[in-house]
Amino acid sequence: MPKRVETLVLHDSSTPSFGDIQKGGSVVLANSKTLGDLIAGVPAQARAHALWPLTFGLACCAIEMMSTVAARFDLARFGSEAFRATPRQADVMIIAGRLSKKMAPVLRQIYDQMPEPKWVISMGACASTGGVYNNYAIVQGADQVVPVDVYVPGCPPSPDALMYAIIKLQNKIKHQGLKPKQMALLELKPREVESV
Amino acid sequence: MSFEVFRDVAKPILAGFGITARRLAKPKATVQYPEERREQFPRTRWRHVLTRYDSGLERCIGCSLCAGACPARCIYVEAAENTDQERYSPGERYAVRYEINMLRCIFCGYCQEACPTGAIVLRKDFELANYEREDFIYTKEMLLEARRPEPAVH
Repeated sequence: MPKRVETLVLHDSSTPSFGDIQKGGSVVLANSKTLGDLIAGVPAQARAHALWPLTFGLACCAIEMMSTVAARFDLARFGSEAFRATPRQADVMIIAGRLSKKMAPVLRQIYDQMPEPKWVISMGACASTGGVYNNYAIVQGADQVVPVDVYVPGCPPSPDALMYAIIKLQNKIKHQGLKPKQMALLELKPREVESV
Repeated sequence: MSFEVFRDVAKPILAGFGITARRLAKPKATVQYPEERREQFPRTRWRHVLTRYDSGLERCIGCSLCAGACPARCIYVEAAENTDQERYSPGERYAVRYEINMLRCIFCGYCQEACPTGAIVLRKDFELANYEREDFIYTKEMLLEARRPEPAVH
């Protein structure tokens, strides 16, 4: 299959885009002044680049999550290819799909079984807020059950959108201890505006 | 090296690397995402944009038809009257507040279909993930298209 690629042409300027995030690996290590800072940043680097997700596909978002690991998008480039079926070996839980109220205690139990440090990505409209399912059966946001680190909008989010969320999560792990506003600005650049 | 070792160890390994070598010549399927982006399909629906006319006036007239069509009820519109001193849209009214909960939104495009002036369109910017749930309430300032520079003379 021929590879189809387009250059970055986006239509608005309000949301920032990643600049040279992959260049040189880490902003944290580059920005650390002392040797102590550098050493303290190494575990975060290791964690950020070996995130093992837990297979927690609840609905149709799981199809896109599986597609993210496949060859076209290849999550292995970010060190997340090893989807674990047991919470004991997983670092990040990707809640992919609507979370029903019957499933919520199960989700919480599995989250509690994961070893620290652990992170949660809430993938899709249903997992994040309930989406269109504003009814008695669906939990209106997985953050009512577990603490969520990154939310991904979309119904379902495309594999690229999920990969963007994983990059954001890596960014968060590298900047543990900083406020979200501070850390977002370290690696983000304004995006180009298409001139029509 | 005995014949059994060759047959049971070396030969399968060579055959395996042969497959790898053949695949190396083929085109690569992976899109190196953060550096390059795959081509989105023409009718991809992602982030909303409130467009303007060429004159710089907003297309949105604050009629709330998008909010009515929204199956997820994620759009909130509050309209106000235009005056001759403060004119935002060509019609009588304009949207003084226009908010979309991007997490609720399922990107179905019904708002785009319902809009009588073509004000709200869904474009291809998919990078919307964020850390806080509050950051997903996109206000009118975030959704509104930037004013274009003066149009070139044809």
